[in-house]
Amino acid sequence: MQTFFLAVALGICFLVLLVLYRVVYGPGVFNRVAAISAVGTKTLIILLIVGFLYQRVDMFVDISIVYALLNFIGCVAVAKYLEMER
Amino acid sequence: METIQNILAGLFLLGGCFFFATATIGLLRFPDFFTRLHATGKGDTLAVTLCLIGLAIHSGLNVTSVKILLIAVFMFLAQPTSTHAISRAGVRCGLEIWRKKEKEGNP
Repeated sequence: MQTFFLAVALGICFLVLLVLYRVVYGPGVFNRVAAISAVGTKTLIILLIVGFLYQRVDMFVDISIVYALLNFIGCVAVAKYLEMER
Repeated sequence: METIQNILAGLFLLGGCFFFATATIGLLRFPDFFTRLHATGKGDTLAVTLCLIGLAIHSGLNVTSVKILLIAVFMFLAQPTSTHAISRAGVRCGLEIWRKKEKEGNP
């Protein structure tokens, strides 16, 4: 099961690398914000899987909660800012 | 019992990985901002929920799995909200909407 978790985490890391193309080259700031939100959701899953790999899920799950909250608040704040800026 | 738990968790995780992959391909390949949000908003929500349910099943019945399920409920509410907020900002800033080009020789 540990090997399977490691394989899943590596696959999601590869997907994060693919999304980083959109973060770097995406035309305009909106594409970058959407791509960064996608990277944040993938990172949430990777954090939990790393917790299972290290046998310390009870610690990593709290970090994961904080990461989900920060991702949501950051995305909404950037959207509000861009709406004010127009 | 342990085997059934592991198989169910693996199936949920593989489904989550599949939907992550489709959302990523949509984000890379679609032509403009709104279609990209259409791919990544729905695909990522489903993928995160599936992955978290799989990890909760693998964790068993304790406080940790309850916390993981709470993250799943929160992501299920927060992801469409943030997608809606960023797409509304895009509409109000006047981003161009992609339209299909007329093919020549169309009957």
